[in-house]
Amino acid sequence: MPRELWKGNEAIAEASVRAGLDAYFGYPITPQTEILEYLSKRMPELGRAFVQAESELGAINMVYGAACAGVRVMSTSSSPGVSLMMEGLSYIQGTEVPAVLVNVMRGGPGLGNIAPSQADYNQAVHGGGHGDYHNIVLAPASVQEAIDLTVMSFDLAEKYRTICMVILDGSVGQMMEPAKMPEMRPMQRANWDWATDGRMGKRPRRILSSIYLDPIEEEKLNLRLLSRWKTIQRDEVRYKEYFLDDAEFVIVGFGTAGRVALSAVRQARAKGIKVGLLRPITVSPFPFEAIEQLVGRVSGFLVTEMNSGQMLEDVRLAVKGRVPVEFYGRMGGVVPFTEEILHEIERIASSKLSVDVDPREAWLERMAQAV
Amino acid sequence: MVATNANNLVYERPEGFTDTPTHYCPGCTHGVAHRLIAEVLEEMDLIDRTIGVAPVGCSVFAYNYFDTDFVEAPHGRAPAMATGIKRVLPDRIVFTYQGDGDLASIGMGEIVHAAARGENLTVIFINNANYGMTGGQMAPTTLPGMKTTSSPNGRDVETQGFPIRMAEMLSTLDGVGYCVRRSLHDPKNIRLAKKAIRTAFETQARGLGFSMVELLSTCPTNWGMTPVDSLKFVEQHMVPAFPLGDYKVAAGVAQIKI
Ligand SMILES: Cc1ncc(C[n+]2csc(CCOP(=O)(O)OP(=O)(O)O)c2C)c(N)n1
Ligand code: SF4
Ligand SMILES: [Mg+2]
Repeated sequence: MPRELWKGNEAIAEASVRAGLDAYFGYPITPQTEILEYLSKRMPELGRAFVQAESELGAINMVYGAACAGVRVMSTSSSPGVSLMMEGLSYIQGTEVPAVLVNVMRGGPGLGNIAPSQADYNQAVHGGGHGDYHNIVLAPASVQEAIDLTVMSFDLAEKYRTICMVILDGSVGQMMEPAKMPEMRPMQRANWDWATDGRMGKRPRRILSSIYLDPIEEEKLNLRLLSRWKTIQRDEVRYKEYFLDDAEFVIVGFGTAGRVALSAVRQARAKGIKVGLLRPITVSPFPFEAIEQLVGRVSGFLVTEMNSGQMLEDVRLAVKGRVPVEFYGRMGGVVPFTEEILHEIERIASSKLSVDVDPREAWLERMAQAV
Repeated sequence: MVATNANNLVYERPEGFTDTPTHYCPGCTHGVAHRLIAEVLEEMDLIDRTIGVAPVGCSVFAYNYFDTDFVEAPHGRAPAMATGIKRVLPDRIVFTYQGDGDLASIGMGEIVHAAARGENLTVIFINNANYGMTGGQMAPTTLPGMKTTSSPNGRDVETQGFPIRMAEMLSTLDGVGYCVRRSLHDPKNIRLAKKAIRTAFETQARGLGFSMVELLSTCPTNWGMTPVDSLKFVEQHMVPAFPLGDYKVAAGVAQIKI
């Protein structure tokens, strides 16, 4: 396939179709509505299921039903809509069925705005719905990566019978970039040995439910989910490294914040500053080990996010206070400029950092002077 | 003891049932509704290609009793789950089984829109005028003046609103092929209920749109009545408030001969 110009949201939609998306259920919300609109034409044209649901509650439960039937299914939404889906996500995880959910995040809390944001990191990575479960969460930083990770999300969801989320922000969703689409995967339904797709004269009945009335049985489910999660943590961590070989300190940033950080790192390198970038692709499972490897040889970290420091907590957990961790964030739908991050890099390169400084407090003080 | 044979057998477990004893309280008509569904699925030879969707409510374990595939939905979301299943498996028979709290309160959005889209599903709706499972709180179908654990002085319509008549409400939607109300309070009505359930599944099997049978049902435990008094309560108080009848029978459905 040649490279073509694709808009992020439409690229995700087409990539899901190429990956064998069998059913899509969604509800309009900016800045992801193009995905729904694109699929409203594309899916019926291929004889596949498309329903514009009555709400995100309806959409996620349609996803749940189709997932139980054993087909490749996806919904897409943006922050307020994803909040409404939390009940369904918890049930899907409790039932151990695969599903893909894309969240094109926007500024919040509440109705917030429609500007690019990473404020739903905690919701996606550390919880959201009730009960003990983990989602796999992928964070693309370009249109090509959005395509590749969308395709991968279906494989991961099915491999582990889990929810795989793709989180991005409206800037990736709306940007046009040259990208390569995968070939169309031939439409062939998997014949899962757990799907409730009707006995059809072949087998005894099957039940899919998230109920375990006996606490011992529920605990067994919790343990099963946990041991699966441990496998995922061992086998599925993905990240990208830039200029790490001789880096004296390292930026950690995902998605758009990571992309902006990369431009800043390149400019800093041109000025002779030995800084590198670690960009998590799987924000969940988080690349703890990659950070562990860096702790021994770098003098500190700078975490950049479009939120108040949500991934920062995971980086601190990995670093365990052994070297200083600094933070720079923008919130509310504000995307940091390259110069802002470059400024931070220059500040760090020319000052002595301390492990005793609270990175969020220090950042807020610098913000107070700047804003 | 006389051995059971074809001549003296009066009761037999329908093929559509598993041999799991139900957990329902004595005298509860949930069990009657289950049996009618199982009989209809057996008569129509649909057991093998049916997928049921259980609700949250006393019938949460409905999946244990039918010999069909089953999923268990979040509270009120059964019609959405059923939509997801039916859209990807249009040649299967998909039905939801829902209580009045499930369908007419928390799941009002899902049921109305499944009906409006004309989803080719069958809904068996158990109206027992209260939230049975959680101990008898007021439901959207609780009668005016009726005492429940959350309307201890009787439902006061001034502050707690009026009962919702779902069969009437859904019948206004063009996507609906068949929408009726029946009652389970005596043998004659049970026979009529079974015929309606049959018609509802026939509606789906022929692709004639959304079908729902609302069944007036008892909850002796939370009503604080004997099973017999509960049946009388249905006849004397519920039937007048929720009139039995055919609220929508689309032209194609009217031609179905059973
Ligand atoms: C989201 C959510 N809210 C509340 C509950 C608690 N709950 C369980 S069953 C039920 C009411 C069920 O009543 P109904 O649907 O009338 O069924 P019945 O038990 O009367 O057959 C409620 C409120 C729940 N399980 N989930
Ligand atoms: S609580 Fe009421 S509805 Fe539930 S099983 Fe008992 S009698 Fe039936
Ligand atoms: Mg009830």
